[in-house]
Amino acid sequence: MEKLRYERPIIRRLDSEMPNKFGMRTDYRPTTQIEGVAVKTLIEEFGSPLFVISEKVLRSQYRKARKAFTTRYPKVQFAWSYKTNYISAVCNVFHQEGSWAEVVSGFEFQKALGNGVEGSKIIFNGPDKSEEDLEMAIKHNSLIHIDHLDELYTLTELADRHKTKPRVAIRVNMDTGVYPMWDRFGFNYENGQAWDALNKIMHSGKLELVGLHCHIGTFMLSTQAYAVAAGKLAELAIGVQRKFNHTIKYIDMGGGFTSKNTLKGAYLPGSDTNPSFDDYAEAITTALLNADFTAEYLPTLILETGRALVDEAGYVLGTVISNKRSSKGKRITIVDIGVNLMFTSFWYDHKVTPAQEFTQYAEDTTLNGPLCMNIDVIRESVSLPLLNKGDNIVVHSVGAYNMTQWMQFITLRPAVVMIDVDGKPHIIREKENLNTVNGQERIPIHLNRFEL
Amino acid sequence: MRIKKNIAISESGFMFNPITGESFTVNPIGTEILQMINDGFESDQIIEAICNKYQVDQHTFDKDLTDFTGMLDHHHLSQHHDKEEA
Amino acid sequence: MTRKKLNIAVTGLNAIDSPGPGVAVIRGLLEAKSFDANIVGLAYESLEPGIYMHNLVSKTYQVPYPSAGVDVLLDRLQFIHQKEHLDVIIPNFDAELYSYIKIEGELNAMGIHIFLPTMTQLEERHKINLFDFGKKYAIKVPKSKVIYEISDIYDLQKEFEMPVVVKGKFYDAGIASNIDQVKSLFKKISAKWGLPIIIQEFVQGTEFNITGLGDGKGNTIAAVPMRKQYITDKGKAWGGISIADQTMLDLTNHFIGSTKWRGGFELELMKDKNNEFNLLEINPRMPAWIYLAVGVGQNIPEALVRMALGEEVTPYTTYDIGKMFIRYAWDMIVDISEFQKISTSGEL
Repeated sequence: MEKLRYERPIIRRLDSEMPNKFGMRTDYRPTTQIEGVAVKTLIEEFGSPLFVISEKVLRSQYRKARKAFTTRYPKVQFAWSYKTNYISAVCNVFHQEGSWAEVVSGFEFQKALGNGVEGSKIIFNGPDKSEEDLEMAIKHNSLIHIDHLDELYTLTELADRHKTKPRVAIRVNMDTGVYPMWDRFGFNYENGQAWDALNKIMHSGKLELVGLHCHIGTFMLSTQAYAVAAGKLAELAIGVQRKFNHTIKYIDMGGGFTSKNTLKGAYLPGSDTNPSFDDYAEAITTALLNADFTAEYLPTLILETGRALVDEAGYVLGTVISNKRSSKGKRITIVDIGVNLMFTSFWYDHKVTPAQEFTQYAEDTTLNGPLCMNIDVIRESVSLPLLNKGDNIVVHSVGAYNMTQWMQFITLRPAVVMIDVDGKPHIIREKENLNTVNGQERIPIHLNRFEL
Repeated sequence: MRIKKNIAISESGFMFNPITGESFTVNPIGTEILQMINDGFESDQIIEAICNKYQVDQHTFDKDLTDFTGMLDHHHLSQHHDKEEA
Repeated sequence: MTRKKLNIAVTGLNAIDSPGPGVAVIRGLLEAKSFDANIVGLAYESLEPGIYMHNLVSKTYQVPYPSAGVDVLLDRLQFIHQKEHLDVIIPNFDAELYSYIKIEGELNAMGIHIFLPTMTQLEERHKINLFDFGKKYAIKVPKSKVIYEISDIYDLQKEFEMPVVVKGKFYDAGIASNIDQVKSLFKKISAKWGLPIIIQEFVQGTEFNITGLGDGKGNTIAAVPMRKQYITDKGKAWGGISIADQTMLDLTNHFIGSTKWRGGFELELMKDKNNEFNLLEINPRMPAWIYLAVGVGQNIPEALVRMALGEEVTPYTTYDIGKMFIRYAWDMIVDISEFQKISTSGEL
C-alpha cells in the first residue's frame, strides 16, 4: 500500500483575540512551478538556493509600462537602470525591447558598452564620475547628467581639452511634498541652484544642454509627487527656451516606481495598494501635457524605472535546513536563503510560499537564513504551513537590487537561471566557486607556509 | 507519558482542558498520535506505526514527535506519572 | 404582496466594549419594511459575539484579514457566495473598506452589490489629509500639520497654541501642553505606529456626532444627529440622544453635497466655545450606534441596501427628537461545541 503524505504533528492554542485592525494572517497557495518548470526540477538541476528570472514577466512588465506611457504621450524612451539588475541577460532583454542604458559608475558604463549599447544611448548618472569616466562618456557621445558644480567645471575643462561639446543634462532636486526629500543629489529647484547651473552651462557655450533630469525618491507610493516634479522640470525647460531660445530635448523623470512588494509596517499588501504604471503615467504625462510647451518643442519623456520592471520577474528558491523552537516555544525555520542574498528583506515583508502542497494547518514562524549572525532574518513573523526538513520554499518579487547588492559573505553566491518565453531554463550567471574568491587574492611569500 | 485524563479530544482535532479553560486545535496526524498515546502506545510503537503509514523516515519523525510531545508539556496537557496532576 | 428575500453578508460582529457596527446594522436590516433579510455573518475571529446570535445571524463564515490581500478575500467570498447566493455585502471595519472598494467590479460580476465611498473619498478624508479636506470643501477642521522629523516640532510654537493633540497615523493620540510633551508623545507614538505624526489644534468643547447616508450624487438620503451622553474610557458612546440641530444638518448636507459622498458615514464634531462645529473625524461607514437612527425613524441600513441594489430611495427628512439609546452588555450562554465548530471549520 502506498504511504500517505507526511505532515508533522502540531498543536495550537486558540488564543481568543478580538479582531485587531492590524492583525496579520497570511493565506497561501503553493508555488510548485515557475513558468511551467517545476521548482523541484530547478533545484535538482541548478542547486539550492537559486535565483530564477522569468523572461516572460520581464517582457510583459516592460510592455505594460511602455503602453501606459505611449498611449498618453507621443515621445517616450525607457532606459534600463543597470544598478537594479545588471546581469547581462537581464539587461539585454530590456535592450531588445528598446530600452537604452542608465548607468551610475564607470563599471556599469563599460558593462553597457560590453552588452552592445551604443554610447549615444547610455545615460550616465550619479555623483561619482571620475575624469576617466567622463572622458569615456564624452568619447562615446553619451548623455552626461551633471550632479554637482565640481562635475560641471571638470566637464567644461574636458570639453576645452578635447575640443568637443559634450551632451549634458542637469539633475534637479526639489520639494515634491514627500518625505524624505532627496536633496543631496543634483541642484535644488526651490533655492535657485538649478537655474544657476543652467545659466552657467548656457553662458559657457562649451556644453550642449540637451535634457533635464530628476529622481525624486525610491518606492514612491504617491503619484502626485511625480506630477509636481514633472511640472517643475517643465517650467525650467520653458524658462531656458524663453531666455536662451534653446530647446530642451528631453525630460528624464528617473525611477522610483514601486513594485508590488509590501514595505515592512504596511498593513495592506503592496499588491493591493501600490500604484500601477497607469497611475504613474497619468500623473507624469498630464503634468507635461498641461505645461506651456508648443507642440513642436514637446520634449521626449525618458523613464529610468528599474524595480517596477524587474522585481516581480525574480524569485529565489530555497530549502528548509531545520525546524527548531525558541525558548518561548515559537517556531523557527532555518532555510538556506540568508540576508546576504536577500538584502531587500531588511525593508520588505517578502511573500514566501512553500513549493509543495500542504494542508490548512499553519504555525507562526520566524524564518531565519543560514548565516551564524543574529540579524539573518528573512521574515520576523509569518504564518507558514508546516514545512519539513528538505522542503522547498519560493520567495517572490526579488528581481530588483538583490542580484546587485548581494554579498559574498560566509557562503558563495548561487546561480541565476532565466526561464525563456518557451519555458526553457538557461544559466545566466554561474554559481560562484572557491576560485571566484581566491582568484582575486594574493598571499605574500612569507605567509605561504605554516605548521600547526 | 499520558494525556491528562480530563482532557477531551474530538475527532476534528479540538482539545479542551476543563481545568484551565484553554482550547487547542491539533492537525489530523497529531490527533492520531494523541489517540495512540491514550491507547497506551510507547514512543517506539508510535514511531513504527507512523513510519509505516506515512512517507517519513524515523529520524525526522522522531524529532517531530519529540517536538510535539514537548509542546504538549509546554501547554500542560500531559502527565508523566500515573498520579493526576492539575 | 410578498416581500423579496435578500441574502446580506455583514462584517463587524464584534459587539464588544469598543464595538463594531455589525450587530446594530443587522438589527436595522431585520426590521426593514421593504425586504426580508437573511443575514450571513463574516467574522475574523472566533469570539466575535455576533457569530453566536442565532436569532440575528443565520450562518457565519470566517474571512481572511485584509492584510492577506484581495485575491485571497475574493476566493473566500466566491466560496461563500456559492453556498449563500449573496445579494449585498456590508463591510463595517475601516481597515477592510480599501479591499472591498478595490474588488467592487469583481463582486458586481458575481451578482453581489456593495455601496461604499469611492477610493478618492476614502483617501481624502483620512486623518493625514483631513486638514486639506477641510480647506477644499470649506468645512471647519482643527488646524493640523503632518510632521516627519522631531526637529520640526520647534517650528510648531509659531503656528500652534498649546496644548495640541499629537496623533498617530492609524491609532493613538495624546494631549501635550508643552514642547517637551510633544517630543515625548512623538517618540512614543511614532515608535508604535510609524511616521508621520499629526499635530492638531486642541479644541475644547462638547462632542456631537451625526450619521447619514449619501447617494453618491450629492443628495442626502438620511441624517440623524446625536449627542453623546455617556462616554466609556475608550471614548465610545454608551448612551446618546437624538437632537434637532439645524446647523449640524446643514453641515451634513454641505458635506454630502460638496463631496458627493457615497454610502454611510459618521461625522465626529466638536462644538467650541464660539458655538462653532469643528470636524474632528469622518468615519467612512455606519457607526456602532446606527440602531438609534433606525429607532428614530431612519432605517439607514435598509436604505443603504436598496441603494446598493440600484433602487430609487426617497430621502428621509424627519426623525424623532429626544430619543435615547442606552447600550448594555448581555451575557450569552454558549456551548463549547459551537466555539469548536467555528474555530476548526471556519463556519457556524
